[in-house]
Amino acid sequence: MREVVQSDTQPMTYGEAVRRALREAMLSDPRVFLLGEDIGIYGGAFGVTKGLLEEFGEERVRDTPISEQVIAGCAIGAALSGMRPVAEFQFSDFMTLAMDQIVNQGAKLRFMFGGKAEVPVVFRSPLGSGAGLAAQHSQSLEAWFAHIPGVKVVLPSTPADAYGLLCASIHEPNLVIFLEHKVLYRSQGPVPTHVYEIPLGKADIKREGKHITIIALSIMVSRALAVADRLAQEGIEAEVIDPRTLRPLDEETLVASARKTGHVLIVHEAVLTGGFGGEIAARIAASEAFYYLDAPIMRLGGADIPIPYQVQLEKHATPQEEDIYQAAHQLLQQKPA
Amino acid sequence: MDEHLPELPRSQLLTMLNTMYRIRAFEEKVDELFMRGEMHGTTHLSIGQEGTAVGAVSVLRGNDFITSTHRGHGHCIAKGADISLMMAELLGKETGYCRGRGGSMHIADVETGNLGANGIVAGGMPIATGVALSMKMQAIDRVCLCIFGDGAANEGAFHESLNLAAVWDLPVVFLCEHNQYGMSMSSQRAMRIESVAQRAGSYGIPGEMVDGNNVLAVYTVVSAAVERARAGQGPSLIESRTYRFKGHAKSDQNLYRTREEIRQWQKRDPIPHFASLLIAEGMLDQDEAKKGEAAAYAAVEEAYQFALSSPDPDPATLLEGVYA
Repeated sequence: MREVVQSDTQPMTYGEAVRRALREAMLSDPRVFLLGEDIGIYGGAFGVTKGLLEEFGEERVRDTPISEQVIAGCAIGAALSGMRPVAEFQFSDFMTLAMDQIVNQGAKLRFMFGGKAEVPVVFRSPLGSGAGLAAQHSQSLEAWFAHIPGVKVVLPSTPADAYGLLCASIHEPNLVIFLEHKVLYRSQGPVPTHVYEIPLGKADIKREGKHITIIALSIMVSRALAVADRLAQEGIEAEVIDPRTLRPLDEETLVASARKTGHVLIVHEAVLTGGFGGEIAARIAASEAFYYLDAPIMRLGGADIPIPYQVQLEKHATPQEEDIYQAAHQLLQQKPA
Repeated sequence: MDEHLPELPRSQLLTMLNTMYRIRAFEEKVDELFMRGEMHGTTHLSIGQEGTAVGAVSVLRGNDFITSTHRGHGHCIAKGADISLMMAELLGKETGYCRGRGGSMHIADVETGNLGANGIVAGGMPIATGVALSMKMQAIDRVCLCIFGDGAANEGAFHESLNLAAVWDLPVVFLCEHNQYGMSMSSQRAMRIESVAQRAGSYGIPGEMVDGNNVLAVYTVVSAAVERARAGQGPSLIESRTYRFKGHAKSDQNLYRTREEIRQWQKRDPIPHFASLLIAEGMLDQDEAKKGEAAAYAAVEEAYQFALSSPDPDPATLLEGVYA
């Protein structure tokens, strides 16, 4: 298992990177199969599974009726009995319809059975706002899943990470919730051409810096990096960290950075109240890094409203680049340049 | 009485009767242990439902699968579970099937295809479809018997599971162990139609009702459904009408049903009915039947002693078993 190294890479979109991981997994392991709504002929609502039905056939790329509970439960039952299913929920908001199977069954079967079962299943689904799809198609519910022992929760922010993390997730002998950001599907980035996995539970320092730590989830990573560029021009070096996995969380990397910079800004699109930023903040505050903080830990998150439809309202509802920039300065108690 | 014996060898018939005795003895012991405060939490006894459990599960091969309900001790025993390990689990011991982590509602023995009792009504149904799908995809000849109650037939998971299993022709048999009540809600108040089996037509699959207290009738009907599943003809829905003599769980005052109703059903107790039938057919005599029954109670007592002498889980192992 190698970390992503700048070797031979090719540009690829995030959606293509996910597809590549699915395809390679299906080529190398006959137990891997896909199920979900409109993943076959339609190629997936966001085109992620395009071409896979043609290549692998109906047995392994299964279009389902609109039945989230049984999509989840069927995947769990198949995983319990020798297969490695990857089930797609068309929008992560719809996973709410499958919560019993995910939370009460899949997450807990191994433990309830005294460790004598395995549930190697991946539930992948798009989350996030910015596409004008309004309240029931735009949520970020990763904190709900991260709260459940028995699942692992992954949020990739780049094509290279999406590919490596999904490969790892499919190999993982546990229930993985793999949350892709819908607005990122078309984003491009370099992806190494060799086969690799990114271990779950390892954060990635996307940019090193010594003045302020910005911990960003999913789509906030690219916004934080843009902010870091602006701050650099002002002589402020921001360290941008992408946790990549929320459960298990790479606490060590986050604490070390907090200790180094003394200023921590956490940003996620999910609603601030009850968002995973609170967990991250609490872990840092409870660690040795506390004594090195020069300011209270700051969090940015979505407003306490459902995601609105109108374009500007939707933007106002979640942290944008400018919000992150302002917050960073506020945290450092400097005026913007 | 119109009884017909499916062509089963005497040994199998006696095994079935003895299994029913063992379920009854086990459940009565569990009831007693709860009343004495020795068992903790709650449990859902299947006393009175042995005909369905044994009639259905006996059809299966050793490595076929079952998914069960919160009232699953009988299914578990019929599937060949070791009652010592079951008793140990109910007493929260490390030697229990689930190392004391699961308890009554989550007893499972994955290796022998017992995918567990389930604390969520209808919770095992989507899982059963997945297991059946898995077997079909791997071309493995193992079917799944999915057991659920009349209450579960009104859960969305029932609908989704039957529909998908039908659409994909999955080797699963959906068995409704219909005991007329959810917790306190009678099925008559919970559904407009008369029987759950009627719903089979909505999914395009065969549906049949059977007297759940007639163990051989259950065996016959389930047998046919299992054969259909094995032959690739897809799922079936069977409604097996039975009755639980005890309340839903331990603190049930039975306010929703009458003593008279309970008494009427107790007259149709599947165990003496089956024993009498076998005696009448010359398969065994009174004496042997009594011996079988006594042996069941003795085995349960032994299981209890095993459990008592087993260690509790070590708190140092608290965090084990969550992730593989």
